[in-house]
Amino acid sequence: MTDTATEPSRKTSLKGSRGGEAGDRVFSGLALTAGIVILLVLAFVAVFLLIESLPALWPEVFSDQDSIESADTFWQYVWPLMAGTLIASIIAILLATPVAVGIALYISHYAPRSIATPVGYVIDLLAAIPSVVFGAWGMTVLAGAMVPIYAWLNEYLGWIPLFGGTPTTTGRTLLTSGVVLAVMILPIITSLCREIFLQTPKLHEEAALALGATRWEMIKMTVFPFARAGIVSSIMLGLGRALGETMAVTLVLSPGIFSWSLIQSGRNATIPSEIALNFPEAFGMRQSELIAAGLMLFIITLAVNMVARWIVSRHKEFSGAN
Amino acid sequence: MSKRIDAVDLNVYYGNFRAVEGVNINIEPRSVTAFIGPSGCGKTTFLRTINRMHEVLPGARAEGRLLLDGEDIYAPGVDPVTVRTMVGMVFQRPNPFPTMSIRDNILAGYKLNGTRMSKSTADGIVEKSLRGANLWEEVKDRLDKPGSGLSGGQQQRLCIARSIAVEPDVILMDEPCSALDPISTLAIEDLINELKDNYTVVIVTHNMQQAARVADKTAFFNIAGTGKPGKLIEYDDTSVIFNNPSNKQTEDYVSGRFG
Repeated sequence: MTDTATEPSRKTSLKGSRGGEAGDRVFSGLALTAGIVILLVLAFVAVFLLIESLPALWPEVFSDQDSIESADTFWQYVWPLMAGTLIASIIAILLATPVAVGIALYISHYAPRSIATPVGYVIDLLAAIPSVVFGAWGMTVLAGAMVPIYAWLNEYLGWIPLFGGTPTTTGRTLLTSGVVLAVMILPIITSLCREIFLQTPKLHEEAALALGATRWEMIKMTVFPFARAGIVSSIMLGLGRALGETMAVTLVLSPGIFSWSLIQSGRNATIPSEIALNFPEAFGMRQSELIAAGLMLFIITLAVNMVARWIVSRHKEFSGAN
Repeated sequence: MSKRIDAVDLNVYYGNFRAVEGVNINIEPRSVTAFIGPSGCGKTTFLRTINRMHEVLPGARAEGRLLLDGEDIYAPGVDPVTVRTMVGMVFQRPNPFPTMSIRDNILAGYKLNGTRMSKSTADGIVEKSLRGANLWEEVKDRLDKPGSGLSGGQQQRLCIARSIAVEPDVILMDEPCSALDPISTLAIEDLINELKDNYTVVIVTHNMQQAARVADKTAFFNIAGTGKPGKLIEYDDTSVIFNNPSNKQTEDYVSGRFG
């Protein structure tokens, strides 16, 4: 029996390579390309939006008209749309976040596994429903169901501008759109939060329990601080979806001029639904107006994401990553 | 402070699997007791039944009686949360709360009780606990920095300070030095010697020299084979366990002729 036959070949010199760096080089090249492509796409979108919207932003310079068509100035035209978009999205976030965090906690820390798994699947299924279906549901079912609620809100809370005015009889209001958006972003926030809650180190949870924490106190002490950044990110992802959601809002909302009242129909509009409703028949200046509105949405979304990054990074030292 | 622990016919289960069988043991107050034995013999499992941490795992339970100064902690109506405030625990790997400062880590137990206290009282508790864990001099200038920035040995002493801050009756330690270097280990062992003036200390260790150094009494656990429950084989003064054990299995284990 000889040992030499099975012994691996030994290197005799430090120079020269072991072989296999090719894979390293290919992979780093791929990663670099992917990163550059993303930046390029973003840059192209931004440039396209900017160039196409110039006539609407400065009509005196970039077009043969003195002003835009829909209003005296572009800002006059776009601010109600921006306000409507933000209000609908904020309603959606305010409604969806507590519910989503609650469901995620229930699945990750309270429910027995036999219940948690199916509930998790159902929530994920919600994310698979196309937005046009949500829109149709919001228009035909939810809007009608909300009418008595709006009447009640108006009667008892009508002194708040948000619930003032003549309440709707169709239910197709900005508030209904917000509720539909909330249902749509619920699965996004829930499944992200659930994943993050599950990753809380057992060690920290046991440390809290061993100090005599109840389950809720353990969650407050270890799960929430650990998941903070993740919760913010999931909310921002949900917000991004809500800001850009077109179909559901277009179907539900009967648009109109801006109003602080959320329970009147024929009031308010959002940027995506404004574009969707008008773009097919728009040309020239009108088209520039709509693209410029899109540019505003692009800026809002970028700003939202940057604020989220800032919030997440503020507590880096205490994040548990070190 | 400082209570005696008596286990009476205690069986510990993971689901249907009996992990520890029929433990009877009497642990004196103000003493250090070490649990030794091979891996999987149930010493950590048994340790975790003393503060009812065992049942945190799904399907895990204990049967029998475990008396803390004569009071059965497994009696109906006993809240495990209350038990855990009386029986502190230090884990195998240091686990300070990463999102809290050193100071907040120490005060975490008080925050849970909802105790309202003045800043000076809180400062007093922080200093006393950190001094008790021999950590005060090293961290007094950075109490507002996160606990996770300390070295492994300092983190473990921070965890000990955190558990003694709420003045428990018993401190359980689950291999507290297994992730530490020899110098930090020595610091913790010195600390254990001081802790027994005020607390009942129970420590699980794989290091027999450590058991010989710190423990007044030592309990040897063993299993007959995989899938069999762990049992308490012998429990006696540490010197007897290491020099003159009465059981053949103990003698084989402590003299290194195991398996």
